[in-house]
Amino acid sequence: MKCDQCDQEATVHELRVTGGKRLERHLCESCARREGVAAQPPASVPELIEKFLHQAAKPPVQTAAGPACPRCGLAFAEFRETGLLGCPDCYQAFEAQLGPLLERSHEGGTHHVGKTPKRAGHASDPASAVAQERDDRAARIAALSKQLEQAVAGEHYERAAALRDELRRLGDPACPPPTSAPPAPPTGPTN
Amino acid sequence: MPPIRTDSEWLRGEGDATDVVVSSRVRLARNLANVPFVNRMSPAQRLNTLNTVRARVESLGLHMTWIDLHRAPLSERTLLVERHLISLQHARGRKPATGHAGTGQTPTRPAAEEPRAVAFTSPDERLSIMVHEEDHLRIQALRSGLDLAGAMAQADDADDRLEAGLTYAFGTRFGYLTACPTNVGTGLRLSVMLHLPSLRLTGNIERVKHAAGDMNLALRGFYGEGSEAAGDFYQLSNQTTFGKSEAVLLRELTGEIIPRVLDYERAARRSLLNRRRADLEDQVFRALGVLSRARLMTTEEAMRQLSLLRLGVVCGLFGAAPDARDRATRQPGDAESAHPDGSGSLDLATVNRLMLHVQPAHLQRVLGVEMDQDRRRAARATLLRDALAGV
Ligand SMILES: [Zn+2]
Ligand SMILES: [Zn+2]
Repeated sequence: MKCDQCDQEATVHELRVTGGKRLERHLCESCARREGVAAQPPASVPELIEKFLHQAAKPPVQTAAGPACPRCGLAFAEFRETGLLGCPDCYQAFEAQLGPLLERSHEGGTHHVGKTPKRAGHASDPASAVAQERDDRAARIAALSKQLEQAVAGEHYERAAALRDELRRLGDPACPPPTSAPPAPPTGPTN
Repeated sequence: MPPIRTDSEWLRGEGDATDVVVSSRVRLARNLANVPFVNRMSPAQRLNTLNTVRARVESLGLHMTWIDLHRAPLSERTLLVERHLISLQHARGRKPATGHAGTGQTPTRPAAEEPRAVAFTSPDERLSIMVHEEDHLRIQALRSGLDLAGAMAQADDADDRLEAGLTYAFGTRFGYLTACPTNVGTGLRLSVMLHLPSLRLTGNIERVKHAAGDMNLALRGFYGEGSEAAGDFYQLSNQTTFGKSEAVLLRELTGEIIPRVLDYERAARRSLLNRRRADLEDQVFRALGVLSRARLMTTEEAMRQLSLLRLGVVCGLFGAAPDARDRATRQPGDAESAHPDGSGSLDLATVNRLMLHVQPAHLQRVLGVEMDQDRRRAARATLLRDALAGV
């Protein structure tokens, strides 16, 4: 279907009923935006990441290759192009770059919280595995506590209840707010 | 080829809140350790993991049908997309063109016929596993109506069973490692397909879109990423997958967000029924008129008209209203609404089934012949006329 106002394909379709009159419009994206019919939805996460990547891609033109993953050879510049990483090890290789990026696009998330595969814990050195697990749990508890504060502040009680359950499950029955964590800027959906 | 099934899970019209929620879907993204992600796999690696996963899937005893998509004809793949068993991307074998399409560099993208597959439970199609889509594994569970918790439980169980014989790529900080960082952490995408005709008719759909964006949710079209909303059907899903547990993500959607959207749509329906009933009936019965009389029909128009017909059904304009319909449209103190004279009965399952059967690949499968676009338009109109003759 063609746009009502130009020759492009219409992708925005509007049907309105005003005073018993039916008003139908078929517009292309650009005409729709000009007409204010269907303002584009707010940027999605992929769009945000893309925007971030393009911003990040601008200044260091000279470092075309940048750091590369030792396992699969993917250069960070390639990730900027495609938005896709090359192998699981890329996460370690690019941890410094990915950390802030993920924090921005996942509502302030800094550590994984949730399901863990049963087979993932089989590290070769049991002592370091235990230490790792302890650090990991501390980080999760800190992250969850932060989210809990935000949820309560934003009066999202359903979410707060779920977070509290999660904290209890991690062996933190009192759910005390972390004293060491700096006050985080509100990044949740409350603002 | 298997015979056409008419009872796909998402269109049964059963379950909770079916007046607004067509179906609920849960998807888990998983990758195998020690293998590159799909976009950087060699053909030999692809065949290797395909065989590994297939052996694992077949050992689960879940009675799953396995289809090698790289060997399947396009019509078969399109059929699977229309049934929501695979993504458009998986049917095509490549990532849909996004903002960086202009670079012209696609050597790391899979070519159209790279080894990839889908497995699904038969005949209920509630559980499916895409192999070599963007990630090595995408586990999907589907339910009619609003039942994210049920879908979550099934996907989680399938994940446990698969994992017992596979080693997943997992890191303590980033969780389940995925090809695209938008899915990392839990790898969990919860989504509901919503029918929101009244919000559009009352001019409020943009508000929902903005609200969804504010809460880091995505509102997408009928076939997910890169597709348009067809006939007022939208997929609402979480964007955040990292830093929140599965339980929290589920509670946010089912406890806070979905109830609010249901309230908005139902309030808009009540407002249409109470204040603009003649307009509403006019639109619904015009749609019925077109659907039951037209001689040529595009998929797009069919979806648009069926959407209005569905609105008529859930507003009780066709025959007796089931419970969900009552909840949707009745307020305390409302008198029982009289049905418009002469209208026959029509139920949700029928409208849902027609929504599937007017899609190009299903239409050809139902009629058993391949057709060009012009002949499909005629055949689609005939199918609709026949189905709605008694209404
Ligand atoms: Zn235009
Ligand atoms: Zn790598």
